[in-house]
Amino acid sequence: MENSSINTSTQQLVDQLLTNIGSENSPEFQDSIDRLLRHKPGKPVIYIGTGTCGIAAGADKTLAAVQDYLKKNDIDAEVAEVGCIGLCSAEPLMDFQTPGKARVSFREVTANEVAPILDGCFSKHIPKEKVLGQFRNDQFEYWENVPLINDLPFFKKQQRILLHDCGEVDPNSLDEYLARDGYQSFIKTILNYPPHEVIGIVKESGLRGRGGGGYLAADKWKIARETFSDKKYLICNADESDPGAYMDRALIEGNPHKLIEGIAIAAYAIGASKAYIYIRNEYQLAVSRLKNAIQNARDVGLLGDNIFNSGFNLQLILHESPGAFVCGEETALIKSLEGRRGMPRSKPPYPTQKGLFNKPTVVNNVETLFNLPAILQHGPQWFKNIGTQKSNGTKLFALTGDTVNTGLVEVPFGITIEELIYEIGGGIKDDRKFKAVQIGGPSGSLIPESFIDLSIDYDLFSEKNLIMGSGGFVVMDDSTCIVDMVKYFIDFLQKESCGKCIPCREGTNRMYEILNAITNKPVDGAGHGSLNRFRGVMQLESLAQVIKETSLCGLGKTAPNPVLSALQYFREEFEEHIYERKCGTNVCKNLRSFIISFERCTGCMMCAKKCPEDAIVGTARNPHFILKDKCTSCGICYDVCKFNAIDLI
Amino acid sequence: MTNVEDVLIRHKGSERQNLLPILLEVQEVDGYLSEEALTSIGKHLMVPISKIYAVATFYDFFRFSPQAKYRIKLCKGTACHMIGSETLLEELEKQLEISQGDISSDRLFSIELTQCMGACGQAPVIKINDKFYPEVSKKEIVDIISGIKAKEGK
Repeated sequence: MENSSINTSTQQLVDQLLTNIGSENSPEFQDSIDRLLRHKPGKPVIYIGTGTCGIAAGADKTLAAVQDYLKKNDIDAEVAEVGCIGLCSAEPLMDFQTPGKARVSFREVTANEVAPILDGCFSKHIPKEKVLGQFRNDQFEYWENVPLINDLPFFKKQQRILLHDCGEVDPNSLDEYLARDGYQSFIKTILNYPPHEVIGIVKESGLRGRGGGGYLAADKWKIARETFSDKKYLICNADESDPGAYMDRALIEGNPHKLIEGIAIAAYAIGASKAYIYIRNEYQLAVSRLKNAIQNARDVGLLGDNIFNSGFNLQLILHESPGAFVCGEETALIKSLEGRRGMPRSKPPYPTQKGLFNKPTVVNNVETLFNLPAILQHGPQWFKNIGTQKSNGTKLFALTGDTVNTGLVEVPFGITIEELIYEIGGGIKDDRKFKAVQIGGPSGSLIPESFIDLSIDYDLFSEKNLIMGSGGFVVMDDSTCIVDMVKYFIDFLQKESCGKCIPCREGTNRMYEILNAITNKPVDGAGHGSLNRFRGVMQLESLAQVIKETSLCGLGKTAPNPVLSALQYFREEFEEHIYERKCGTNVCKNLRSFIISFERCTGCMMCAKKCPEDAIVGTARNPHFILKDKCTSCGICYDVCKFNAIDLI
Repeated sequence: MTNVEDVLIRHKGSERQNLLPILLEVQEVDGYLSEEALTSIGKHLMVPISKIYAVATFYDFFRFSPQAKYRIKLCKGTACHMIGSETLLEELEKQLEISQGDISSDRLFSIELTQCMGACGQAPVIKINDKFYPEVSKKEIVDIISGIKAKEGK
C-alpha cells in the first residue's frame, strides 16, 4: 500500500472527524470507522510486523509466503503490514484475526511455518506451540487457552501510550490514523488555543525532553517563542546514532503520522512556519514511510498554508542526513542541516535564540514530540499522574543484551531497573548472573548490581551521577568483561569525536590507548605499551575527569562516563587486567594463557608447526611446552590440537 | 547525461543547505563520490570544491572510490559486539583474505564496519548490499560467502 492515493473517503474522514470534533457520527459513517479500526472486519485479517527488525528476521519472506498461501488456497483475506509491537526476540511476528474472534499473535513465524499455522487458523485450530497470545478486545470472542498479550510478563508492566497504535495501525494509511482520533489534538490546538496557552499546557504536564538532558520541553519553547524574529524553525532530531538504541526508528516506522502531528503542535506553539525532520538516511524504511505520510497529510490540507482556516502555515521538510553521533548535539545538528561539517559551537547563544540560519530554533527529539498529541488530547493533569513526582509520562527503552526477552519497551517513570530486567526482560539468559547494565548509550554509565532497585527517574539518576540518555538499555551477564566493554565504548566515542576541542579529540584517544594497552600483552619493547599500562594505574581516572570538565559539548563531557563508572564500581576488574595481566572472563583474547597438559599431549607436533611465534617447543612423541615469553595468546594451538591437550588457564 | 547531472537538475536552484541531500543522492546512484561529481556539485552550489570535500569527509557514510559488488556490512553496535561480532569479522577477513575497510582485488567483496543498524534483537547482524542476515554464526558466514563465490563462478 506504499503511496496509497488519497481518495474522496480520506477527505470525508477529514471533514467529518476534524471539522466537528466530538460530534456524533451517523451509523453508516461509524461503520466505516469500525472497519478502519478492524472492529468489524468483513474478512479475515493477517498482520505482519514489517519494521526493520522484523524484516531483518525475515518478515518479508513471511509476507510473501502468506500471499502465496492465500492465492494457492483461494482465500479472500486482508494482509496488513504493521509496525513493531516491540518484542524483537520473537520476530517475525504474524497475527491472525477472523471476524468475531480476537486477534491472535504467533511468534517466530518463518516462511515455511506460514502454511501449517494458517491451515490451523482457518480450520479454527490454533497451533499452540507458536502462539504468543491474543489481543484484548471485549467485543470479540476469545480463543480458549490462549493467554492475553497484556498478561504476558513482557507486556504486563508496560504502559504503552506512545507505542499504543504501533503494530495495530497501518503506517501507510492516513485513514487508519484518522479513525484512531489522529490529528484531532492538532486541529483542536490551532483552532482553540493561542500558542502561549499550548506552552502552558505542556509546561503543566511536566514533559521533559527525551533526548538525554531531561530539561522541561516547554522552557525551551518559551524562549524561542519570546525571541523576536521574522522566522523561527522547529527541528525534529531523528538522527538516532547511539549503538543499541532504536526507539525513534520503531516509533516512526510504526506510526509516522503521530510524529507529524507532534511536530505540527510544537511548531504552532513556538511560532515556526517551517519544520525539519533530520533523519539518518540508513533508516530507509522510516524515511519512505515518513515521505508517504507527509505527502498524504499535505494532500488533505493538514500541512501547508492556512491549515483549516486557522491562519497557521506549516511547511514540513524531510532532511536525510548521513548521520554522525556528534549531531545529537543541537548546535552540531544545526550546522549539519545547513550543509556544513557537523561540529558543535560554544553556547550561549543558545539555538532557541540563534539557531538554524541564525534564527530562533527549537530542536526536539522524536520521542518528546510523540508525547504531544496525547497530552493535548487528555490534558496535562492526566500526563502528570503518570510516572513519578517530577518525571512524568513514560519512557521508551531499547532492551538489548543478555536478557531472555529483548525489544522495545515503554514503561512509566518510577519502575525499577530490577523490574525492567527480571520481569519485562524475563531475567538473564541461560541462567547466568547479572553483572551490569549500561543505560544511555555509549556515553552512559555502567550500573552495578547494587543499584538494581533504583527507579527510572531523571532526578534520582542525576543524584547518583548517572545519565538517562535517550533510551539504550544494555544488560550484561557475568560472561561480559567490563574492561572490554569500556574499551568498546571509548573506541566508538574517540572515532565519533568531531575533533574540534582538544580534551575530547586527544583525551578520548589517550583513554583508548591506555585501555588497549591493559587488554593486550606486551609483545616486544616497541611502542608505548608499558608506558600506557603504567598510565592505566596512575592517570586514567584524572584524565577522564579533565575531559569531563573541559570539553566543549555533550559528547566530550559525557565521554568519560563509562570509564569513571567502571572504575568506581568494577575497579577489581581493572586491577586484575593491569596487575595480574589476566581477564577473568577470557573475553580479552590477548590476555589468555595456555598450558599443554603433560598427560594428554601425544607429541604430534601440530601445535608447534602452526604456532606463528615459534613459542612451542618439544620433540616428536614427547609432550610439548609453551614458552610464556614468546606466546602472544593468539589461541591457534588451542584450536588445532586434536587431543584437547591444551588448557586455558 | 550523467547521473550527477540528473540529480542536480532535480535540485535546481538549491542552496548550500541542500549539499548533504545532494551528496547522498549522488552516492546512491554512482555508488561513490568521484572528483568529477564533487566538482560539478561545487559549481552547481557555487561552493569551492575544497569546502565540499571538507563536508563530505566529515561523515563516515561517504565513499570516495568505487565500491565492491558485494558490500558486506558488519554491525558494530553494542548488542552485536557483546554477542561476538569480533569473531565474525575475523572469519570474514579469513574467508575473503582482505581486512576491514578494504575491497578485494576482483572488486567483488568489501568489508565495512557500520554503526548500529537498529536490529539489536537479532544480533549479531550482517548486511550484504541491502539484505539482512540475522543471528549469523561463523559457519553461516562460510556458507554465505561460498554461495556468492559459486554464483560468481569463482
